[in-house]
Amino acid sequence: MCTVCGCSEGETTIEGAAHSHSHDHEHPHDHSHDHSHDHEHHHHDDKTHDYGQGPAHAHAPGLSQSRMVQIEQDILGKNNRYANENRSYFAEHAILALNLVSSPGSGKTTLLTKTLTDLKDTLPLSVIEGDQQTANDADRIRETGVKALQINTGKGCHLDAHMVGHAMEPLAPEDKSVLFIENVGNLVCPAAFDLGEAHKVAILSVTEGEDKPLKYPDMFFAADLMILNKIDLLPYLNFDVEKCMAYARRVNPSIKIIQVSATTGEGMDTWYQWIQATHQIAMIGYQPKLAAVDADAKAA
Amino acid sequence: MHEMSLCEGVLTVLEDSAKQQGFKKVKKVWLEIGVLSGVEHEAMLFSYDVVVKGSVADGSTLEIIELPAQAWCMQCMNEVEITGRGEPCPSCDSYQLQISSGDELRIKELEVE
Repeated sequence: MCTVCGCSEGETTIEGAAHSHSHDHEHPHDHSHDHSHDHEHHHHDDKTHDYGQGPAHAHAPGLSQSRMVQIEQDILGKNNRYANENRSYFAEHAILALNLVSSPGSGKTTLLTKTLTDLKDTLPLSVIEGDQQTANDADRIRETGVKALQINTGKGCHLDAHMVGHAMEPLAPEDKSVLFIENVGNLVCPAAFDLGEAHKVAILSVTEGEDKPLKYPDMFFAADLMILNKIDLLPYLNFDVEKCMAYARRVNPSIKIIQVSATTGEGMDTWYQWIQATHQIAMIGYQPKLAAVDADAKAA
Repeated sequence: MHEMSLCEGVLTVLEDSAKQQGFKKVKKVWLEIGVLSGVEHEAMLFSYDVVVKGSVADGSTLEIIELPAQAWCMQCMNEVEITGRGEPCPSCDSYQLQISSGDELRIKELEVE
């Protein structure tokens, strides 16, 4: 990874990115300094003013070489800058980007394939699949006929804005389309990383604990919509839907909640209605010319 | 374990400022981390040492300043301090809170030479 994602130094792979993203910027880990700090031997040249050492190579008392530097910088600043670039790109092209987050096994990919199958004739769609390894999910998506791009994060536990930005070129989502970004299954880390999406959608299945919104409050706070999946299994479980929804609202009073079963199709219409409505909002202010000029500029 | 990524983010900022401000070595770094930022301090300290190895900040120490979280309680009509998301107002137990701070993730200052 080039920027924020340290978990996966050089391990991220983006399908179809021909230049396999080799990191040629400096990573100073290679040249091993042999640890001789504390007793510095300063090389004096006429450009160096070294106040730390007295004439007899003793540190002058009260005169330290140290100084304080105020930076006041956001640790996620770089990611947020990439996220903003993605956000302007999406806005310019009227692309509705949805960041789907959940724990592993919530039925995210099944929900997504069902959604794609049902919506692909009415809306232009594309998918970015984030997983640590394998392209299995992207393959599952492509079987629906919708274009998909796999990003493998290697050891990384989340997608970041830079990966998503790089995925735009090979994936080339159409103007006025919906882009689903299926994040790595993890309810912790993806909460902190803005990808430039319009909304985070948290998917929770009723086979998980109803108190998950309280256990992972950051994610449910960051999400605008919660999809409660696998509701066809409710008769066989001790899952208190009302309690779960109350917990989610406790963490995030404005969260919207939709109950669905991707297997039986129950509730899916409400989810599609939400997608259509937010898609309409994404298209407000769309100027086809602006996007075309931008494309020409890139081609030139 | 996104603390590792956050430390990479810190290191990027350190390396950039080393270039801009012309220092050779970072001795100490102060971070301001809000209680709602979802950061595990122990993991942050552990990752930091690993991430800065061989860099301009090799051997430096990391100080974490924890910032409290403030919220506006709709019931009390008052600013209150909370310690986590999904927790009630400490004075009236209402969950109708509008969180106003506590998710900071900032590098405050550095001691360099």
